[in-house]
Amino acid sequence: MNFSLSRATLIAEADLVGIAGERAVCDRRGVLYFPDLRLLAVSDLHLEKGSSFARRGALIPPYDTGATLLRLQAVIADYQPRIVVSLGDSFHDGGGAERMHESFRGQLEAMMAGRDWFWVAGNHDPEAPADLPGETVKELAIGSLLFRHEPSKTRIEGEISGHLHPCARIVQCGRSVRRRCFAGDGGRMIMPAFGAYTGSLNVLDRAYAGLFRLETLVAYMLGAERIFAISGSMLRPG
Amino acid sequence: MPPRYLLRVTEQPRLAQQNAAVLLPEPFVRWFGQKGWSPRAHQLELLAKAQGGQSVLLIAPTGAGKTLAGFLPSLTELANRPKRKPGQARRGIHTLYISPLKALAVDIERNLGKPVEEIGLPVTIETRTGDTPSHKRQRQKLAPPDILLTTPEQLALLIASNDARRFFEDLRYVVFDELHSLVTSKRGHLLALGLARLRAFVPDLQTIGLSATVAEPDELRRWLVSQASPGAMSELIVVAGGAKPDISILDSEERVPWAGHSARYATPEIYREIKRHKTTLLFVNTRSQAELLFQELWRVNEDTLPIALHHGSLDVAQRRRVEKAMGENALRAIVATSTLDLGIDWGDVDLVVHVGAPKGASRLAQRIGRANHRMDEPSKAILIPANRFEVLECRAALDANYLGAQDTPPLVNGGLDVLAQHVLGCACGAPFYADALFDEVRTAAPYASLDRPTFDRVIDFVATGGYALRNYERYARIRQTREGLWRVSNPAVAQQYRLNVGTIIEVPALNVRYVQAGSRGAASRGGRVLGKIEEAFLETLTHGDTFMFAGKILRFEGIRENECFVSNAPGSDAKVPYYGGGKFPLSTYLAEQVRAMLDDPQRWKKLPEQVADWLRFQADKSVLPKRDDLLIETFPRGNRYYMVAYPFEGRLAHQTLGMLLTRRLDRAGAKPVGFVATDYALAIWSLADMGWMFKNRKPSLATLFDQDMLGDDLEAWFADSWLLKRTFRNCALISGLIEKRHPGKEKSGRQVTVSTDLIYDVLRSHEPDHILLQATRTDAATGLLDVSRLAEMLSRIRGRIMHKNLEQISPLAVPIMLEIGKMPVNGDADETLLMDAATLVEEAMGPEMTD
Repeated sequence: MNFSLSRATLIAEADLVGIAGERAVCDRRGVLYFPDLRLLAVSDLHLEKGSSFARRGALIPPYDTGATLLRLQAVIADYQPRIVVSLGDSFHDGGGAERMHESFRGQLEAMMAGRDWFWVAGNHDPEAPADLPGETVKELAIGSLLFRHEPSKTRIEGEISGHLHPCARIVQCGRSVRRRCFAGDGGRMIMPAFGAYTGSLNVLDRAYAGLFRLETLVAYMLGAERIFAISGSMLRPG
Repeated sequence: MPPRYLLRVTEQPRLAQQNAAVLLPEPFVRWFGQKGWSPRAHQLELLAKAQGGQSVLLIAPTGAGKTLAGFLPSLTELANRPKRKPGQARRGIHTLYISPLKALAVDIERNLGKPVEEIGLPVTIETRTGDTPSHKRQRQKLAPPDILLTTPEQLALLIASNDARRFFEDLRYVVFDELHSLVTSKRGHLLALGLARLRAFVPDLQTIGLSATVAEPDELRRWLVSQASPGAMSELIVVAGGAKPDISILDSEERVPWAGHSARYATPEIYREIKRHKTTLLFVNTRSQAELLFQELWRVNEDTLPIALHHGSLDVAQRRRVEKAMGENALRAIVATSTLDLGIDWGDVDLVVHVGAPKGASRLAQRIGRANHRMDEPSKAILIPANRFEVLECRAALDANYLGAQDTPPLVNGGLDVLAQHVLGCACGAPFYADALFDEVRTAAPYASLDRPTFDRVIDFVATGGYALRNYERYARIRQTREGLWRVSNPAVAQQYRLNVGTIIEVPALNVRYVQAGSRGAASRGGRVLGKIEEAFLETLTHGDTFMFAGKILRFEGIRENECFVSNAPGSDAKVPYYGGGKFPLSTYLAEQVRAMLDDPQRWKKLPEQVADWLRFQADKSVLPKRDDLLIETFPRGNRYYMVAYPFEGRLAHQTLGMLLTRRLDRAGAKPVGFVATDYALAIWSLADMGWMFKNRKPSLATLFDQDMLGDDLEAWFADSWLLKRTFRNCALISGLIEKRHPGKEKSGRQVTVSTDLIYDVLRSHEPDHILLQATRTDAATGLLDVSRLAEMLSRIRGRIMHKNLEQISPLAVPIMLEIGKMPVNGDADETLLMDAATLVEEAMGPEMTD
């Protein structure tokens, strides 16, 4: 596949979203791409969540890390970013990177090679991941953007965060549809969780109280083929 | 009135009286004499067989004295038992009684306690259910009662405790009540495995099964005994039915509707019958129907008769109040669903009204048995069909009941998820050798044909998850010792197991709690809880919507954590909650009867005139399907083309057929848009003219309905069907892959738990042959999708498809056409809905919104 061509097609077809003056692509696979910066942001990978559960007796399939990395590899191959920001909770717990299977580590390192890679510290993984390259930061400012794990209580224009795993729900024709989403109001953006085993929390939940300007809130819901931009007024709690 | 398990002397054959003196200990004979009663022949026969060391299945109609029969062997043996000398060790459980319902166990304790006391037997009887306080459970472990009345889940728990072997070492009998209803579910599988375990503790254990009439008694007879010698069966005693029930179909003066399930048209006539009788039991098929009928009845209840509502979602306290009032004969009518189905009887019911089609004829027989619990008097029942097809179904059911036809579902092989749970339970009780446990498991009838490789995979699953990527060895829940014994790795495993035991999966539901109107729950949290409603329904409500629940019209105020707040609301345009379960598809046997009736104009004479007219119109405008044929009509309407098929194979099989046909029609270029399935028919609509396509064999109907659709098409559809995900969730919970949601623990929220949908996706793409996916496919094929029934149908209709290409809709098609738009579109159209919503936004706000 021709990279530049595929990148151009992706961007032309996708909806470009404005965040504090920067233009970004909300990719339906759950990543955010800033074409002008050639920066790809991904949030809440929660790698090794499966083994984290297994340690406590729930032997859920050990394929989540592989599945998550495979999807990450695909978006990185498509966009060929210069910078990758992993917005925290990259690993489900502090020991995650250490537990990770050799083959996955290799896969991850191959993806990281040749680009600037930032691990933003999350509440699940406050420390740098063991034996992995990349720079671990508490937060990261680039241009008018600020990348951090948890959205700050005081409004910061241009803040890109994760942590809350937003999803949105609509009711149409008596049916309820719930999807992961990007939640943005033009000033800040909260990213959906990317990990294969990550759950989600409705953007209307109390946890989001005060974070958005409600009149301009849009949920960019992830569809199978595209993003669906749904205005905040159409969303339902729960 | 004597208790229902006894009968007057006059009706007793003399031979039985002579036997009684031989078989029964003296105090029993004297007690019967004092009461002026005598034991029934089948009670004595069972006693004789049990005393001869046999296990027995007793099949008898309600009111035949099954309960006493089941306990006579235990009671007589306990009566003759020498007194325990001081200093002698305490004796363990003598008899275990297992019932599907907690309430039934409590009921039996009451009913059995009385004769035991009057005869003066030194026998202790206790219940052990989920409601039993822990200090009592502890005490029962130390000082077991002679007879323990319990449920399948409690048995599983007892087996998983480390003193199980000692607790059960004196066990003589296990009595299974309502066996016919236990064996058809995964609960039955778990129970069968539990019984196998008990037999391993006590090899000469005897079982007694009590059952209503079933189609295949031999299946139950095998279930009761060890299958170590394949095909072994218990003894069988069958008591013939009592007086023929007096059943009629309501011949309404009103117009019977074409479609719908409310039977609202008949409300005044139902009310008239309630007034004519002492106590009327009104059965409906779903909880939604129960709510609706209750509202309708109160609307016409001019005399304010005490009419109550009873269904499984209502608050327990509320249900107990209704049951108590019933027992005291304080009610004139009770609207109920299957929660009252089983052999609990309260009060003096003299009429059973069945609203809606009875679906399986044997269900009908049992519900009618509720009225007038004496075998010698006919039960009285009225059937109220809710629509025209149901008139046909009621008629067929009625004929079937007179013929004594029975159609309990066939037993299926034991679930592998259930086996996984049992294996872990066994390990929690005591370490085991795989060889021995395999042999033991195969003595249980549902697992008689289990093969060793599958069993080993189940063990592997229990130990480490059984994944090809062997990542979890260090987290194993059970480990093998050097001698080959499997034992739990740590005590936490056993603790976790105890919290997750059982096979009953509760659908996510929220408490419904009263608050002040408009308060959104914040101010007044102390209101009364009315019951539980499924989350899926509540999700479609917005603030201010009204709906029917607990016999009231309620206003939706909001949701807070796991509670739904409501207030009283006036008004009549309320929604009715729908519930995931509780809908039974039309049985195979009844379906055949309905087809036969359609094919035989002679039998139409027994139908109400308006319904017979409808069929005559159909014969005139189109054609009626022959008994073994499949009729397919095609016609245009509006800007769509319709195809209506009439397989009469039940909603589940039709739904599956609809999914598969839509795929095929799409490939053939018919541009199908949607479909709707009922118990009787399936309608698909499209943009291309299907009538023309079939006529020109592009494709032919024979190709379209070819059995090969059950191959690749089914497999492809399995891939991401929400039905499969739901089935997988059940398997994951039962097998112990993930923990059940416990009330009060749900606050942790969605983002913390791992949803089984996500696990399903990951597992399916990385290890499609995993044992849990195998279990899921098997379950889905037999349960939700009814694939086997569809397969039978497809093979039956080969070369027998009758196509009628019409100019316009036929009379027979009207009912299903009316369902279009009323039922939510099933399945996987989420993206379309999202598209609609997104388009609305764009239209309203202009494209700059997303810029």
